[in-house]
Formats: sequence, structure tokens, C-alpha cells
Amino acid sequence: MVRVAVGVKRVIDYAVKIRVKPDGSGVVKDSVKHSMNPFCEIAVEEAVRLKEKKIAKEIVAFTIGPKQSAETLRTALAMGCDRGVHVNVDQAQLDALTPLQISKMAAKIAETEAADLLLMGKLAIDGDYGQTAAMTAAILDWPQATNLYSLQHNGDSATVEREIDGGLETNEIKTPAVLSVDLRINQPRYATLPNIMKAKKKKVKAVKPADLGVDVAPTLNVIKVAEPPVRAAGEIVEDVDTLISKLKDAGRI
Amino acid sequence: MLRRVVTRLPRLAKRAASTTHYFQKPRENDPRWAEIVSDEDVWTRYEDEVDVAIVGGGPAGLSAAIRLRQLANEAGLDAEEFRVCVIEKAANIGDHILSGACLQTTALDELIPDWKERGAPLHTPVKEDEFHIMLNDQKSIRAPFLGNSTWDWMTKNWPMNNHGNYIVRLGNVVAWLGEIAEELGVEVYPGFAATEILYNDDGSVAGVATHDSGIAKDGSPTDSFERGMGFRAKCTIFSEGCHGSLGKQLYQNPEFKLRENCEPQTYATGIKELWKIPAEKHRDGLVLHTVGWPMDKKTYAGSFVYHLTDWGAEEAETLVALGYVVSLDYENPYISPPSEFQRWKHHPLIAEMLEGGERLSYGARALNEGGFQAIPKLTFPGGVLTGCDAGLLNVPKVKGTHNAMKSGMLAAESIFSALQDETREWKHESLDVPEYETALKNSWIYKELKDVRNVRPSFHNPLGFYGGLAYTGFFVCMLKGTFGIDLEKWTLSHGGADHEKMKPAKDFQKIEYPKPDGKLSFDLLSSVALSGTNHNGDQPAHLTLKDDDLRRNLELFDGPEARFCPAGVYEYVTDEESGKKELVINAQNCVHCKTCDIKCPSQNIDWQCPEGGGGPAYGGM
Repeated sequence: MVRVAVGVKRVIDYAVKIRVKPDGSGVVKDSVKHSMNPFCEIAVEEAVRLKEKKIAKEIVAFTIGPKQSAETLRTALAMGCDRGVHVNVDQAQLDALTPLQISKMAAKIAETEAADLLLMGKLAIDGDYGQTAAMTAAILDWPQATNLYSLQHNGDSATVEREIDGGLETNEIKTPAVLSVDLRINQPRYATLPNIMKAKKKKVKAVKPADLGVDVAPTLNVIKVAEPPVRAAGEIVEDVDTLISKLKDAGRI
Repeated sequence: MLRRVVTRLPRLAKRAASTTHYFQKPRENDPRWAEIVSDEDVWTRYEDEVDVAIVGGGPAGLSAAIRLRQLANEAGLDAEEFRVCVIEKAANIGDHILSGACLQTTALDELIPDWKERGAPLHTPVKEDEFHIMLNDQKSIRAPFLGNSTWDWMTKNWPMNNHGNYIVRLGNVVAWLGEIAEELGVEVYPGFAATEILYNDDGSVAGVATHDSGIAKDGSPTDSFERGMGFRAKCTIFSEGCHGSLGKQLYQNPEFKLRENCEPQTYATGIKELWKIPAEKHRDGLVLHTVGWPMDKKTYAGSFVYHLTDWGAEEAETLVALGYVVSLDYENPYISPPSEFQRWKHHPLIAEMLEGGERLSYGARALNEGGFQAIPKLTFPGGVLTGCDAGLLNVPKVKGTHNAMKSGMLAAESIFSALQDETREWKHESLDVPEYETALKNSWIYKELKDVRNVRPSFHNPLGFYGGLAYTGFFVCMLKGTFGIDLEKWTLSHGGADHEKMKPAKDFQKIEYPKPDGKLSFDLLSSVALSGTNHNGDQPAHLTLKDDDLRRNLELFDGPEARFCPAGVYEYVTDEESGKKELVINAQNCVHCKTCDIKCPSQNIDWQCPEGGGGPAYGGM
């Protein structure tokens, strides 16, 4: 049986309307509702299913974030993870971290926790980078399979279907491996209240980035964040001739 | 709380409302549920025993929780020896809080005297106080005396005097109270809705149960069906806020007779926006209220405009919290409170302030106006009512938070002493604490509500609004407030429940509200988007109808639901086949304001609590 490590991230809730800070340095996060990244929920669900199928013996959830990320970790524990690792950074540091720095931390955690499988979401909806799974695999020198539609663990290998443009690609990869999940692989369960209460008793290890040998000093300078330009209203025209003349007027043809 | 990724659900075409919620269509009679209901393993809830369960994590509930754990700590009982659990339907503490708010700190000073050192987000003391009467869409006059320091000697005891108060983002204050509660050992469970009252065999309240999960939109069980959890408590505190759904059930309980000796509760709905305005226009600490335009003199309505600075945010933000409050005893079915709010903003007094500003947030909530005359019996075997669930808002002060907090503290004190008293005789399986009601009646809550009891009802007179202002000015402000002379030997009545007051549409003209301009005023749907509200789509609509086929609202009142809902939940859509107008319920838009349950003239709408975690995501409203 394997030990699974699964990464989770606390992000602005997907239903919230994002506001850019007036100075263009980022988005407003104060007093804004946050929740677990939807793809991380799916990753946790997949890990828990491995445990229910008796393939995994233990699931370690980990997160990198400020003290509020502890709630995100608790949700993962309530869904069925056994213990947690919380890498403490403050919100400003978290916002400045690049996928490379995150990947180095994730790789180190996979090592120290002796994980045989590392699961994560295909991307986080705030940065939208989609790089962490691939980079972490490279750092660990493990096989990787990203954007998973299905996962079948076969002991020292896994058969996966990946979502690609145009359909599904079936791969067989050796394990240990890094896997990232896509939307349709499963429907995450609700964290029930009795499980949330039990999750309070599960152990969470507090760790600093320095303990993982990672420097969190910013390596990327964000120059500007801006809202996308306001979409101009469309116009319905009565006939093709009007359409052609309007397109000409706009210099499009 | 978990968020389901909704993208895989098909877009549901608009269909006429047909109630599938189990509150109206019990599962015990439903063949689709037969297997589950008869399976004891699945149907029996997991239950936990706690000392005190608290329904609702707002100012009243959290103050009660904090006070209980303070007393428990003093008595040497740790968090496991004396369990206090707060169950809150919002995904996070504070997410469903909406208020002006101008906070009077009397209760907070008693509960947490060092609130300032502990970082309570009370950043803006009130500096200016203004009361304006809008005469028409262009002009307004400022009422004399109030806010003018020369006249402080006269106005200092007037209910609308805000000296010493703080302008706050109440959602943030409540979030802070939640942290204090957790530090003291309170178990706080946001994201879970308490939807059922549990009873002992002797009829006393045994506790509450949370919402079942995994029920599909058509009311059938899904593969992930799971029963909610039961909390069995020695005493349950109900603090759901105005017109709480379990509070409503308690009021209907024939054994408890809670409303036998009081008037029906009356309400108003407040619709609020939070704006960020340029620093040059910002008058930090300004409290401004208006009455008059755009409402006619027959309808009680008014506005609030508070300028505050949020120093707690990453960069201090110059904000304006503003809103419009319309009493729900209005007669004209064509009145639309959210539309009145939008057009009120165009008055030069307000428009000038908001120009160049950015609208950040939108929301709405019903509030209590019944005051003294509508205070029910507050205790029953197994539980108590606190805060706005009981109805303790002071109408002329437009404040209820201080009373809510104090009521929570008094409930906590009565409950804790009773539980510690080993000689006490229990007449029921769970605790009955009538001494809480006595304590409340001896407290400053009761005295202040009694002092202002006639203000709101005084507006029912031939001179309408101006008669009420004159009465209040004379009896309450001048005689009682300034000179300490109480001549009010009488108690005026509210004259019945709000839902009885609406008159048939044929007696009125349709009101043509101006189109929103997209800069100062906005359409309903873009406003609702700013509330951050969302619900899992695959659940029965929680706005249930007792009778799906009722046509009375449409035929007699021309469909007022579509006008009084501030979130666009209700729409009358012409059915293509029948050519008739059908009611469509867009449950996902709901902001949990409770206006519909209160104002439906046929009392056909029965608001039930949806799955926990759904509803608005107010950021510090």
C-alpha cells in the first residue's frame, strides 16, 4: 500500500467578483471570501478514493500559506486525509511565490513524508499557471501525468487517461509519480460535520520554508495587474449590406 | 466549506416554480425515499452531545458563546468539559452579516473591555451627524440641532445622536468575535445550516440538526445522500437574526405560546451598498440619514450614509456604506424597495458624494421594527431567543447590535448559573431558564426599547411621515430626551402584521422607475453578482411555496414578489404554451434577506434554509 501526499491551496472563492487594487500591484484579498482551490478538492477526493480502495494506507495533505490556510488543511483532513503539513508563509509572501519555489517545497515534502504518489490539482484558479505538477516531477525526477481524467493504480505502475485537446490520451507510467487532476475525474464529497469535528484531532505539522531548504525571497517582479478591458456592447444589424459597411467603417475589412 | 464545481450541470431552462423541498413534500410519504427512510443505518443521524448549542454565529450568538466560555474558564472548565457549539450557515463567520453600521459599544465594553488592544476592527469614531429631509429629487433641507455642537446640551439623549459610536463593517467585527470565541474554546462550525429543531418526548427542545446533503433539485435522493448531524444540548440558544427560520417554527409551536401576549413582529428591508470614493470627497466619521424623497409620506422609509475608513485593510480604504430602508407595511404593491434605493442615489446630495467612486458590494436584509410591543416570550423548555431572532432592534436609533450582544450575554449568564446549580429542579429533560427573560426586562435593553416604543407606530396617522416626525420630535426627543419628562402613558399599536397591509393592485398606478445609468444606479442582476451569492444548483429550491398553484399574488397584487425581492429571485414569465404568466424562482440568487417570507401577501412563500455554505459572500458588510 502506498502513501499519498496531496497539495491543497487556499484561493479566492471562484464565485467572488475579483477587484484589482488601485495601485495595480495585485488583487484585493481583505474581507474577500476564500476557499479551497476547486482542483485541489478534486485531488483530495481522488486520494481519499485510493484509501477507500485500500491502495493507499495514509494520505498526507500539505499546504503553503498563512494561518488561514489551516482551515483549508482541516477541510482536506475532514474529507479523509490522515494528517497535514502546513508550510507557514504570510499572505504577501504567498502571493509572490513562483511555481518553481512551490515545486521545490512540494518535492521536499514528498521526500520527507516518504510519499509514493504526489497528487495535486492541474492548476490553481488564482495564478492559473498550471506548472507546479510538472516542475515538481522534474525536481524529483519522477514520472508525471497531468490533467487526469481517470486513474488506475496497479502497484508499481499506473494507467491514466489524460484530457488533451481533441480527446483522451491513455498512458501507463511507473510509480512513484506526480499526478495532477482535471475537472471530470471525480465529484468531491462534502466534508460532513462529524468528520470536521474528528479532523480537529488529526495532527498537523508546522514547517518553515527554510526547513525545506527553499528561499522565499521574490524572484519575479509583478509590474502591473489590470482588469481586462471592458467589453464593448455588441450591435445587431438588419442585413448583410449594413454588416459589410459597418465592418468597413471599423477598418476590419 | 466545500464548493462544488458547477460547470458540469446542464443549464436549466426557466421552469414554473414547483416546490420539491421536503418541508412541503415530506419524504416519509415519498416513494423515492422509501428505501432510505426505512434503512435505519442511513436514516439515523450521527449525534453529539454538547452543553450549549447556539444557532447562528452573529453578534448575539457569538456574544453568548464568548460569555459562556468566559464563565466556564472562571469555573475551571475547559473546552471539552463545557462544550459550547456555534452552528452557522455561512461558509465563514461574517459572510452573511449585513448592517449599516453605527455601533454603540455598550455591550462590547462589558463583554471584552480591552477590545481595542485586541484589534477589534472599530476604526472610525463618529464625528459628524446629519439628518436631511429630501423634499424632491433635487432639493433637501438639513434638520436643525442634530450634529450641531452648540445644541449638544439638547440633543445628547436623542435616540438618533451617535456621539461615542463607531462606524464599522459589521461583518469584520463579527469575524473578529468569531476568532475571540475560538480562542476561548468555543467550537465554531461555519458552513452548516441548522434546519431542524430536535425535541425530547416531553416537548422540550433537545437541540438542533443540520441540513441533509445530497438531495437533488427534484427532491429525490442522490448517491451522495447523507443525513445531517444532530446536536443534543442541555440548552439551545437561537440567534439566527431577523425572522430566523427556526425562530419562525418556535413561534408557531402551539405548546410554547411565545407570541400570545405580544403584537406581531413588523419589519423593514434594508438594501445596502459599499462604495470606495476618492479621498477628497470622503468625510471620515460622517453619519448622515435622509427621509422624504423618493418615498411618499404614507410609507415609512429612509436612508443611511456612513463614511468610514478601513485601516484594517492592506491599504486604508476610504469607504461609504449607504443604504435605503423601506418598512414592509407598505400598501402599494408596485413599490420596489431595491428600485427606490437605486433612484435615491441620483439625488444631488448623494450623487455628488459617489461621483468618481467605485461600487464594491451589494446586499440586503430584513430588520425588525416591532420593538417593545413585539417582544415575545423569550424562553421555553430547552431554549431561549436572543438578538433579532427575538426582535430587539431600536428603531429610532436604527441599531440592534448592542441589544443583540447584551441579550446573548444575559442568556449565557442565566444558562451557565442554572447549569452549575446542582440543587436546581428541572421540570423538563432540557433546561428551562425563565430567569433570562427577567434579567432582560431588568436590563438597559428593555428600558431603551420601552422609551422609544411609540416612535414607529406614531407614523400611522393622517399626516403620515410628518405626523410621526412631529410626535417623535416632541414626546421622545424634546420632552423625554432633553428634559427627562416622560408623558407617554400610552402604548401605540403597529396595527397588525406587514403581510396584511398590501392593497390590491387595481387601486394603484404602476410605478415607472428610471432605468439605471450604470454609473450611480445599477440593474438588479449586476447588483446581485456583487453580493457574491451562490448556491449549489442541484438541491430543491429553498424558497418553498405552500401552494404551487396559488394565483392570488398575481391576480390581486400583480406579482409583488418580483418587485420586493432585492436579488431577482422571483420572476413572472409568460409560458409559451399556456400564454399565462408563471412564477419562476431563481433560488440561486437568494441573499437570505427573508423579505419574501415576511411580505408575501398570501403568506405562501416559506423560506427554508438551504445547504450550508450557500448564500452571500459579503466581505465586511
